[in-house]
Amino acid sequence: MGPQRNPFEEIRKRIVQNKLHDYLFWLLGFFSTLIGFVVLFTLIIDLFIDGFPRLSWSFFVSYPSRFPEKAGILSAWVGTTLVMVVTALTAIPLGIAAGIYLEEYGKKNWLTHLIEINMNNLAGVPSIIYGLLALGLFVYFFKFGESILTGGLTLGLLILPMVVTSTRESIKSIPNSIREASYALGATKWQTIKDHILPYSMGGILTGVIIGLSRAIGETAPIITVGALTFIAFLPSPPLSPTFPFISFKWLFDPFTVMPIQMFNWISRPQKEFHLNAASAGIILLVMTLVMNGLAIYLRYRFRKRIKW
Amino acid sequence: MKRPLLTIFKERAIEGVLLLSALSSIFITLSIVFILFYESFGFFKDIPLWEFLTGTQWTPLFAQPKFGILPLICGTLLVTGIAVLVALPIGLIVAVYLSEYAPHKIREMAKPILELLAAIPTVVYGYFALLFLTPILQKFIPDLSGFNALSPGIIIGIMIIPYVSSASEDSMRAVPMHIREGSYAMGATKFQTAFKVIIPAAFSGIAASFIIGISRAIGETMVVAIAAGMMPNLTLNPLKPVQTLTAYIVGVSLGDLPHGTLEYKTIFAAGITLFLMTLFLNIIGFWFKRKIREVY
Repeated sequence: MGPQRNPFEEIRKRIVQNKLHDYLFWLLGFFSTLIGFVVLFTLIIDLFIDGFPRLSWSFFVSYPSRFPEKAGILSAWVGTTLVMVVTALTAIPLGIAAGIYLEEYGKKNWLTHLIEINMNNLAGVPSIIYGLLALGLFVYFFKFGESILTGGLTLGLLILPMVVTSTRESIKSIPNSIREASYALGATKWQTIKDHILPYSMGGILTGVIIGLSRAIGETAPIITVGALTFIAFLPSPPLSPTFPFISFKWLFDPFTVMPIQMFNWISRPQKEFHLNAASAGIILLVMTLVMNGLAIYLRYRFRKRIKW
Repeated sequence: MKRPLLTIFKERAIEGVLLLSALSSIFITLSIVFILFYESFGFFKDIPLWEFLTGTQWTPLFAQPKFGILPLICGTLLVTGIAVLVALPIGLIVAVYLSEYAPHKIREMAKPILELLAAIPTVVYGYFALLFLTPILQKFIPDLSGFNALSPGIIIGIMIIPYVSSASEDSMRAVPMHIREGSYAMGATKFQTAFKVIIPAAFSGIAASFIIGISRAIGETMVVAIAAGMMPNLTLNPLKPVQTLTAYIVGVSLGDLPHGTLEYKTIFAAGITLFLMTLFLNIIGFWFKRKIREVY
């Protein structure tokens, strides 16, 4: 027989050990969370160190060039802006309408269920598959060519699930009493939606739209697939013209490039100077993404605070 | 009271327009499936499916082209494997920390910042992998080539942490408080409660988040297109350059791509392979998500 073991001693040891494990895991968790921040921070710093010296007025107003110090992003940011106009005009009305249908009209039947499952699946389809869809459908079937219209529609379809989801979430949070009050005053279903449901859910919808557009701005792969050019030294035709009918849609069918493709093009060159240009373009992309996401976070926070049912 | 006929008509018309918008999603899916099958049909008429699935060389642009998809699948799985080794453990630990340990303030701050990781354009990550991470890794691993699977794998892993951590955390926090309190009352620490009670209870949600993360990693394009080297090697060596399905599609699209050529069709053959892989994962993920609601 060995020495008498004290059961309390055992338990106390156990407790100390368990508390130690608990503490160690707390540390692990804290530092794991920090990894994300550190990477984010390093990435931003790295880009700024490489690219900041190149940022100047001429960088924004110059076309791409064989000479790295003369090259700029004029055609890229104009292209991105125009593509985003098409994307927004596609995804916002379509997404909000689909969201309203699914929340307010859709009965619990197989069709609504199918649309829901399908929406879920679409959100998980890799972006490059949308590029292939667009190449087959928009470029060759509808014959839109490798144009701004094709690019915008592609990204519009890509972010559609995000707009639909945010619309639904936001409509779902409106209590039924609001609808009933409106019906009680004799409003029709559409009047209720137009005058009450939509205005009250605008905050949430807007958040989703901004996040969707910020994702679309950074998307590269599907735009490469539809054949956006990497070297464009001209601008699309202007949307306004001095002669009647003053407005022209010719720009929709012009070839284009966008910011992330311009950046990709500069990264893939061997010369170090072009890498610096890539970093400068990266800073602009990053700032746009961060600003848009920051705005979305702020809006979400504000609307959550303000509206109390 | 009867409404005027015009109002009824207007209401109906609006409902019809909204229904059409909702149906557009089904139209998109059908178009994806149709286009992928239609455009790769010609490819599979020329190349036997068996050769496509078992060939070990992918050299469609050579004079003597070989069409074995295995090197691309291997590259995809290698990069995804590395990403998963980074993202799943870190994502799960972060989720447990944020859901069980972190004070309210830290959680509210950490979540949106972590989600920014998923919002940064992937081409920026590609730059970071190629020109920042690879040179640093080369100091520790002299054998690492300038283009490799390791560096983009790690970066994609970090990029998908928020996909894993956010959804896992949500499902852990959905575990009712009384289950936690039961465990604390038995004298369990937070650590024991998290791993023996909360994680098993939230298993479906965590599994779904893992699968969404994996599916993202498989479909990720620009980071590998920039930093992995565009070389279809049948290798599991992370230090060597590889090519993924997605990077192949981008690589070919960058060049001149006449409609209807065999080259044009190969990207749809690669696309359909990728689509089926992610569809399979999404279905499993969806199945897990559906199970979440059955637990409590």
